[in-house]
Amino acid sequence: MSEPVKDKDSLKNILIVALGVCFVCAIIVSTAAVQLKPQRIANKALDRNKNILIAAGLYEKGVTADAQIDTLFEQFTLKVVDLQEHRYLTVDEIAEAKIDPRTYDQRKASKDPALSMALSDTQDVASISRRARYSVAYLLEQDGDVERIVLPVHGYGLWSTLYGFIAIEGDGNTVAGITFYEHTETAGLGGEVDNPAWKALWMGKKIYADNQVAFEVVKGNVDPTSAKGQYQVDALSGATLTSRGVQNMVAFWMGSDGFGAILKNMKG
Amino acid sequence: MSKNVNEVLFGPIFVNNPIGLQILGICSALAVTTKMSVALVMCIALTLVTAFSNLFISLIRNQIPSSIRIIVQMTIIASLVIVVDQILGAVAYDMSKQLTVFVGLIITNCIVMGRAEAFAMQNPPMISFLDGIGNGLGYSVVLMLVATIRELLGSGRLFGFEILPLVTNGGWYVPTGLMLLPPSAFFIIGLLIWALRSWKTEQVEEADYEIGGHTALSRAM
Repeated sequence: MSEPVKDKDSLKNILIVALGVCFVCAIIVSTAAVQLKPQRIANKALDRNKNILIAAGLYEKGVTADAQIDTLFEQFTLKVVDLQEHRYLTVDEIAEAKIDPRTYDQRKASKDPALSMALSDTQDVASISRRARYSVAYLLEQDGDVERIVLPVHGYGLWSTLYGFIAIEGDGNTVAGITFYEHTETAGLGGEVDNPAWKALWMGKKIYADNQVAFEVVKGNVDPTSAKGQYQVDALSGATLTSRGVQNMVAFWMGSDGFGAILKNMKG
Repeated sequence: MSKNVNEVLFGPIFVNNPIGLQILGICSALAVTTKMSVALVMCIALTLVTAFSNLFISLIRNQIPSSIRIIVQMTIIASLVIVVDQILGAVAYDMSKQLTVFVGLIITNCIVMGRAEAFAMQNPPMISFLDGIGNGLGYSVVLMLVATIRELLGSGRLFGFEILPLVTNGGWYVPTGLMLLPPSAFFIIGLLIWALRSWKTEQVEEADYEIGGHTALSRAM
């Protein structure tokens, strides 16, 4: 046990203790951060793959083993989308652009001026300010036909940017699932974007009417019998801004600055 | 000088409960008690942080100048919380996603700071460590009780296992949505404190003032 210092309130002692505590704490915190970083990154990647599976409806409850997730994930064909030229990159172009679709970090690319473009106010409906040039699409193919396509989407909600995946059926129009893997919306209100019951409402909804994005998140109950019903999903109660954010996100990514052309080609 | 170990370790569970008597740490008690599994991880995290911050602060308590003692305490607590957050992110990623900001907010949990200031600054390391464990347990008991009630009535489950079959899954139980919203934790904690003080009447605080008679009425009589 330590002996009481004679003059512990002296300026000298104050400085020694302050610096000493900072030094020791800094070392502990940075050691923990550096040591655990690989594990955290691996967890994040696994979580992303899991969410892609969930969006595509391939994730079965109870699958927790990492290896199983990897096996399920093998079903996808990964393609790099050029959002500027509205087409898939060829294998050669992917190699040239030095993109590994498995580890491509679209979020990082969005911040890099060489790999992204600034969006004008009229373009930027999802409030994301910059859009990466390349994005990765996850395709489920059967006999050469695309059965389902999972696309990464993000947009600003109330507090933060929501990151998620939306799965579209082979017709390029019908929603097959949606999921969010990262957001900090209010738990219990905007955080209900994670609610399976709400996400289930999205299934089978249509996105385009006359080649325009018609999909909406609306207040009040959706009338399934009305003509618009097939384009509408109930908003989250108590979370107007989050709901609007989600709608804007869909409008942007399904629109002409997002994956609009890619999906249109699938229909064709 | 050194207090009875039993009293320090188990006292905070009922006699001197940090939430029940000291009314500390209510904020996180509202936020993380909708599911038992989440509440349990939060309890373990808080108990560890309180125990170790008490230990380290007590170790250097004779060196800490009183003018910067709060800052020193905060630095130590914050470092521990960051370490706990990092470990959770590495070993229990799903859980850390559900706890989101609340692990980070342990820094501002009044229990940790309160015990450091009230106990660890005056007592030797070992007993301070036990005091941290004890207060963590006291917090955990209340949190787990609240979480049990909220998860059972709010979603018909305990630790994620269905206990009351829900109507939506073909059962009979209509879940009480209110239980999943923060106000319900207020009601439950209020009722728990009432129950605790009815049992241990010495915990009842003296009224700060008494309501006087109805003057207008007495004049009219």
